[in-house]
Amino acid sequence: MPDGIEELSRLEDLPPVVEPGVTPAGITDQIAEVTLKHPHTKTWLMLLALSTVGVAALTAGLAMLLLRGVGVWGVDIPVAWGIAIASFVWWIGIGHAGTLISAILLLLHQSWRNSINRFAEAMTLFAVMCAGLYPLAHLGRPWLFYWLIPYPNNMSVWPQFRSPLVWDVFAVSTYFTVSLIFWYSALIPDFATLRDKATRRSQQYIYGILSMGWRGSARHWQNFESAYLLLAGFATPLVLSVHTVVSFDFAVAIVPGWHSTVFPPYFVAGAIYSGFAMVVMLAVPVRKIWRLENVITLRHLDNAAKVILATAFIVDYGYLMEGFMSWYGADTYDSYMMFNRMTGPYNPVFWSIILINAGAVQALWFKSVRRNPLALWVMAWLIQTAMWFERYMIVISSLHRDYLPRSWGMYSGTIYDWLIFCGTWGLFLFCFLLFLRYVPMITMFEMRQTAHKAASRGGYA
Amino acid sequence: MTDLPIYGVMAEFDEQEHFLAAIRSTLAAGYEQMDAYSPNPIEGLDEAMRLPKSPVPLIVLIGALTGALLGYSLQYYAAAIDFPLNVGGRPLNSWVSFIPITFELTVLCACLSAMFFGILGLNGLPQPYHPVFNVPQFGRASRDRFFVCIEARDPQFDLANTRRFLEDLGPLGVYDVRE
Repeated sequence: MPDGIEELSRLEDLPPVVEPGVTPAGITDQIAEVTLKHPHTKTWLMLLALSTVGVAALTAGLAMLLLRGVGVWGVDIPVAWGIAIASFVWWIGIGHAGTLISAILLLLHQSWRNSINRFAEAMTLFAVMCAGLYPLAHLGRPWLFYWLIPYPNNMSVWPQFRSPLVWDVFAVSTYFTVSLIFWYSALIPDFATLRDKATRRSQQYIYGILSMGWRGSARHWQNFESAYLLLAGFATPLVLSVHTVVSFDFAVAIVPGWHSTVFPPYFVAGAIYSGFAMVVMLAVPVRKIWRLENVITLRHLDNAAKVILATAFIVDYGYLMEGFMSWYGADTYDSYMMFNRMTGPYNPVFWSIILINAGAVQALWFKSVRRNPLALWVMAWLIQTAMWFERYMIVISSLHRDYLPRSWGMYSGTIYDWLIFCGTWGLFLFCFLLFLRYVPMITMFEMRQTAHKAASRGGYA
Repeated sequence: MTDLPIYGVMAEFDEQEHFLAAIRSTLAAGYEQMDAYSPNPIEGLDEAMRLPKSPVPLIVLIGALTGALLGYSLQYYAAAIDFPLNVGGRPLNSWVSFIPITFELTVLCACLSAMFFGILGLNGLPQPYHPVFNVPQFGRASRDRFFVCIEARDPQFDLANTRRFLEDLGPLGVYDVRE
């Protein structure tokens, strides 16, 4: 191809998007084999067993919560939102990288995304599931959750549409539905491939039903591509709106440390930042265990690290502006909030966030770190921890000392907070492992296009 | 199986460019009732097939507008007509607060219509049976092979002549498709 992509990529010393020797047929077989033949069952079963421990913890935590009420958590006045809400924000943020990779990078013609978008989207779905559990459990009487949905009822009342908490219901449920549609639509042609390749009767039936009779006609592809692009076009503003609405839950309130206009961009950037860290956390072991180094190359890790670094600066700008505004605003309560974050009882939380999100992350300037899977994986864990701390800081250290010193208090999570938090990890891992085994983890039809293009460009596409 | 009515004749190719050229020759020869099958979308396939523009964008636009209208009117009806409530002295029709939900419902309805009317509806899915699957070689249409199928309902269709026509295009093989 005379468009110079290969020359440019070599000039910048970028690793290839796919390793040499990846052909459309070869890549199809390689990915389909994971779903149809189940290699590496032992590792998979071990991880699945680990995740079921988490699911059991979640069940136990939630059962206790339902029996005794939200009092089993450490929440009280003044800290009425604790680890549950911090974890809600954290989980939903993780999901954002999936949509960014699948929708925004599609619109920007970043075809390297093709080998990571499927599992990043799956990550989104499962992260939103974990996130959604929290506000539901936090309702106090979760069995009345349907009161949040506007429906004509004999109580003659409606949800309060001027409240960000109601916006949140719509934002999160729309986000889940749209992510599911987007994910499933691209799965239809891939399920068709599995249906055609399957040799076991049960697999032929199941994938046959899931592929809904897709036959890859030119007319199918035309409608599909048009719809897929439009879905991406709608998912892009949607993903920005979701974390914006989540940030409104805080920013619309008058609590010092919450009431801030920098929140929407700061939350969205933080979401993408932690989401990409999650992509790295998942991609590094997955490519190793299932030997996918030829399609999830160092280029993908390198690019993910660059996105992490760029969004880290937006997040740091958010920290800087929070500090600046509390000084420049000259509001006693606001400047005390900042002072309290830095020197108060929760100050280790603040300083570890700064240490990681503004300090340690600078290691990603170096190519040797970006292209070292193990180093990057450790980095991703650090970032993920710091981002959880950040949400902890926003939720808890803002609430624990507000206007009236008389009503100050301290907060710490109980065993049930931690059971449920570890439990959501278990649930996430459980769903993700099932996905890896029964659904093609890489979009085969897009990889066939990439492989076709890359064949004439030395692995660059 | 050979006594079943004929659905069409199908030719198999292993090269994208060859496949596109075969589609162009088929249409140039005056065949109209035909379809082409490929394992992935191909640049230039729509033009080669002379397909009219897809109606998906229009469907999605209608979906989006419906969602927007639905979202706003739901909130207006609930907050200004059926259950008027003064919240912090804001007007009953406090439109600024109604934007997030209006936006979310716009996106939701647009995406649902793209999926259910666009990808599924226009493509006639789910479809439990289609004659092309009776050709065993067609299993590779979802992996690495490209197929052109001329259907029997085409006025020019003649089993022997159409077969010969497809064979002259230089495919890997030509197969009869039974209903």
